[in-house]
Amino acid sequence: MEENNTGETGVVDTVLDSGLESADEAENLALEAARQLGFGDEDLHKIGMAVREAVVNAVVHGNRYNARKKVRLRIAGDEDRLTVSVSDEGQGFDLEALPDPVAASNILQQSGRGIYLIRAFMDEFQVRRLAPAGTEVKLVKYARRK
Amino acid sequence: MSVKLSPRQVGEVTVIDVSGRITLGEGTSILRDGIREQLAGGQRKILLNLGDVSYIDSSGIGELVSAYTSVTNQGGSLKLLSLTKRVQDLLQITKLYTVFDVYDNEAHAVRSFG
Repeated sequence: MEENNTGETGVVDTVLDSGLESADEAENLALEAARQLGFGDEDLHKIGMAVREAVVNAVVHGNRYNARKKVRLRIAGDEDRLTVSVSDEGQGFDLEALPDPVAASNILQQSGRGIYLIRAFMDEFQVRRLAPAGTEVKLVKYARRK
Repeated sequence: MSVKLSPRQVGEVTVIDVSGRITLGEGTSILRDGIREQLAGGQRKILLNLGDVSYIDSSGIGELVSAYTSVTNQGGSLKLLSLTKRVQDLLQITKLYTVFDVYDNEAHAVRSFG
């Protein structure tokens, strides 16, 4: 993996279509970067799934499959962490307003577990509104030093 | 590889061997259609064998929940068999272990339907 002048390695900055195939593509790119940074199998699974969930949210809830809208994926890593940013061009959402998927009243809901799983699998999760429109979610996984 | 369903009958219980990935799109559609097909055929005791499911995302989990409620709402039971460690972990994290009846042994699972 290339190292740039900021000390980061494996920088990916790419634009994906608003289709479900983008989830596979993003997951594979994140896994490739994470593997090169030395993450183990269990962390790889968590990273891959969290990135998949973030991209599915961007495609389905953010861009609503609109072919004119794109998803931007950025992946950067260094010896301490892997950082993945996923941006859409949608209307945004209120993180605090999302229902708790493990509450008894929601446990049998079909959807609403994606962000909950991202939070469970990653060490940091941030959501930022973009101007003029769109949302960026940032996922961070810390490297576990032996 | 998406998901593949292979239903077989063990007494009154329909065991569906599921393999592959249950993710949003083809995977969840195939599972939904497979459950609908069993319900339309009058099957009400369904055991999903997930031993060969390599990957499941939040939409796949949602589809399992939907299958559970569809079968239960029609007076039947849907149970799970042979979860991989990762699927077990997902059910723990999402607290769905409290919803699903989960078995490691097929014969025990089949007998549990009564």
